[in-house]
Amino acid sequence: MRAAVIQFPGSNCDRDMVVAIRKVTGADTSLVWHGESALPDGLDLIAIPGGFSYGDYLRSGAMAARSPIMKAVINAARSGVPVLGVCNGFQILTESGLLPGALMRNAGIRFVCRNVRLKVENGQSIFTSQYDPGEEITIPVAHHDGNYFADEAQLDRLEGEGRVAFRYAEQVNGSARNIAGILNDAGNVLGMMPHPERMIEAAQGGSDGRRLFAGFVEGVIHEVA
Amino acid sequence: MKTRIFVTLKNGVLDPQGKAIHHALEGLGFTGVQDVRAGRLIELEHEDGLGQDQLEDMCKKLLANTVIENFEIES
Repeated sequence: MRAAVIQFPGSNCDRDMVVAIRKVTGADTSLVWHGESALPDGLDLIAIPGGFSYGDYLRSGAMAARSPIMKAVINAARSGVPVLGVCNGFQILTESGLLPGALMRNAGIRFVCRNVRLKVENGQSIFTSQYDPGEEITIPVAHHDGNYFADEAQLDRLEGEGRVAFRYAEQVNGSARNIAGILNDAGNVLGMMPHPERMIEAAQGGSDGRRLFAGFVEGVIHEVA
Repeated sequence: MKTRIFVTLKNGVLDPQGKAIHHALEGLGFTGVQDVRAGRLIELEHEDGLGQDQLEDMCKKLLANTVIENFEIES
C-alpha cells in the first residue's frame, strides 16, 4: 500500500498523519511538497493534513486549494483515488471544490481545542467500515473555522445520500446539522474537522481514530484480493 | 489603476464575527445598532486594460468563495 501526505507551508499535522498511516496501515508513506506538480505513482491514499496553510490568509484553505499539487490531487480524486482531508485538509477540500459547502468561523468565535464525542453516521464508506453506524467515538478537534455551512438543499442531499460520515454528539462550533465530516458523491473523498491521527493508540489518550486507518487498509486489501 | 473589491457574506449566512463586533459595540455603550456584518475589502493595483470579465474571474476563482460570499467590483 502506498500513501502520500501533502505538505503546505503552515501545515502542522503532516508528520502526525504520516506516523498514523505508517503505524496503522504499514503503507509506504511519503510527504509531498505543495509546489510539486505530480504525485507518486500508484497511490492508495492521499491525505491532506491539518494546520494553517498559508497562515489561513484570505480564507482557511483558500490559497492551498490553488497550489500546484492540488491539480494533481483533484485529478487523482476524480479518477477514484481515496483522499482524506483532516481539519485544514477538510477546508482545502471544500475550497478546491472536491467537497461541497464551506467551513466558517466557529459560532462561538473561539478556537476550540478539546476531545469531542462524535456519532458515526455512515459505517460503510472506505474510511468508516470498522465503525458501527450510530456508534459514539471520541476524537479531538483543534480549529477556529469548523462551522460547516451548505444551503438547505445541499444539506438534504448530503443526508439523503448517506454522505454525512460523522456528526458531533455535542455542541462544538455551530456546524449545520452538527456535521463533522462528509463524503463526496463517489465516496472516495472524506473531509472531517476532528483529528483521527491524534487518537491511534493509548499513549495519545485513546484509539478511536485508529479504526479509520485500519478499515481503510482492510478495504484496499480486499480490493486487491 | 486601482480597483476595489468588496467581499461580503451572502444574506442568510450567519456571521459570527459580525455578531461579536455588534456585542462589543453594545459593551462600549453604543446603542441603536441593529445588525453588524463583517466583510473584506481587497484593493488591486493594476494596468488600465484589465477587463471587467477578468476581474470577475479573479473573484470567482479566488477572491470570494461564492458558496458563502458575494463580491462587488468598484472601479
